Amino acid sequence: MIKDAVKLKSATKADKDLLAKLEQEAGTQVSLCYQCGKCSAGCPASFAMDYPPREIIRLLQLDMVEEALNANSIWVCATCETCSERCPRGVDIASLMDTLRREALRQGKKGDNQVAAFNAAFLNTVKMFGRTYEAGILLQHNLATMQPFKDAGLGLPMVKRGKISILPERIKGRDQMKKIFARVQEQREEK
Amino acid sequence: MKVAYYPGCSLEGSAIEYHVSTKRTAEILGFELVEIEDWNCCGATSGHNTDKLLSIALPARNLAIAEKTGLNILAPCAACYNRFRNAEHVVRNDSNMKAKVEQVIDMEYKAENETYSILDYLTQQVGLDKIADKVTKPLKGMKAACYYGCLLVRPQGHTGFDDTEYPQSMDNIVKSLGAEAVEWAYKTECCGAALATSKPEVGQKMIAAVLKNAKEAGAECIVTACPLCMMNLDMRQKSAEKGSGETFDMPVYYVTELMAIACGDSPEQVKADKHFVEALGYLREVSKRAEEIALKEKQQAEAKAVPAEEDEEKIQKKTQAFIKSLQKSPEKIASKLIKDEERAVTLVELVKGDEKKIQKLAELLATDNDKAVKAAEAYVTGELKKREKNKE
Repeated sequence: MIKDAVKLKSATKADKDLLAKLEQEAGTQVSLCYQCGKCSAGCPASFAMDYPPREIIRLLQLDMVEEALNANSIWVCATCETCSERCPRGVDIASLMDTLRREALRQGKKGDNQVAAFNAAFLNTVKMFGRTYEAGILLQHNLATMQPFKDAGLGLPMVKRGKISILPERIKGRDQMKKIFARVQEQREEK
Repeated sequence: MKVAYYPGCSLEGSAIEYHVSTKRTAEILGFELVEIEDWNCCGATSGHNTDKLLSIALPARNLAIAEKTGLNILAPCAACYNRFRNAEHVVRNDSNMKAKVEQVIDMEYKAENETYSILDYLTQQVGLDKIADKVTKPLKGMKAACYYGCLLVRPQGHTGFDDTEYPQSMDNIVKSLGAEAVEWAYKTECCGAALATSKPEVGQKMIAAVLKNAKEAGAECIVTACPLCMMNLDMRQKSAEKGSGETFDMPVYYVTELMAIACGDSPEQVKADKHFVEALGYLREVSKRAEEIALKEKQQAEAKAVPAEEDEEKIQKKTQAFIKSLQKSPEKIASKLIKDEERAVTLVELVKGDEKKIQKLAELLATDNDKAVKAAEAYVTGELKKREKNKE
């Protein structure tokens, strides 16, 4: 369909440099891909993607990194690794998706923010307590995404079954955890 | 046998029954779990979604603590297992990353130890024979779909203990427990993982697809070794039913729960009563079926034993008939057993009056003609040799 056509534009040096950096971080090369589509065929989440995995790779082959970073596909990908495992050309597509998510985050792009907000809430509890704190994650995620009652119906049954604790578990090495997060942050900024 | 134990956050919360049943499995099979001291969260998917270095540093702190004890590690949670294997792989193969990780965790870490999944540990370190030996209440009549999901078998380069498309380790464990492992297509299909929370409209469809395929394949329950798969397939089964308009009624069990139950534990003992989809009823049904099957097998065994006696009688009769004919007209039988006329005559001479040889040949003729021919030839050859010697 012509309305779905992707408008090509000339690749800038910035695009090329960014792609090279992403490929290095992902440990894979998009030029290997011959567009067979096996990744998209086996992807269990492609039904919910704007660009299925094959098309994400195609965008990158065309140096259209910006479009790939804006795609909702990278936030739908569940890192099940089926694509990477089946790729006849050995392209590590899952690793590329992971790298695209991280780059998008660095650029402040969060898709519809559902997944990014969940990840932030998750890691926040790990930084604070050394363990995940499920009640805290759900609350924080619901607030960040403005849906305060999502999964509320599951809360009480989980408490009843002793499957969620009201208070967080804390490890002794909480200082170490804060340092780990701080040093990672330093490394990221050095880049 | 000792192994460092990393329960991970889920096993202390939503997957409490996995924790309890893993400990029981260790007690039953006789290996010791030494919990990693002051362990921290592995970062799971959120870690690798956010920062590569962080996603290796978080598991590495635990791995470095375990390395000091010199033990390998057992991580029952599939997500923790996968992140641990990934961290080991990167630290072993990327010296630049290794240096960064050691700086971040402020500990030495060489990745000399190795992390096992529960499936790998049970099949390779403990062994299926040992498991089968401990089973006291076989799960006969259970029809289970063994669900591996993603993280236990992919990527092959990090996990490597089973096939990525058609894994067998869990099927083999479940079979050792007496259950039937059904063939189905979605063993390694993704349940959507955290998408059920972050993008429920997507996650629910993926959950429904797995449950539907299991049901269509004739499974009556699903077995898993992953807390997130359990949460999705069990806790979110009702909402997946609503979304898809299908009814699944599919109880889900941790492989370790079944392990303990087949070895005599009550389902409540391993907290199988804490599931969202009612799970005790099917276990009762299975134990009823198991009793029926055991009874049937016993009856069949007895029925088989009777014809065996009948066979014996027939053989007896046949033997008696051969004895008679060997006594009356040995020439007839000798010519059947030995083609060479001269040798046949020798056989006749030999058996005449030799009750022992007659008995032996008759028994063989009644059961196995080839053996009778061989024995006859041997008698004759022996006799001819004897005669030769006497001549000398």
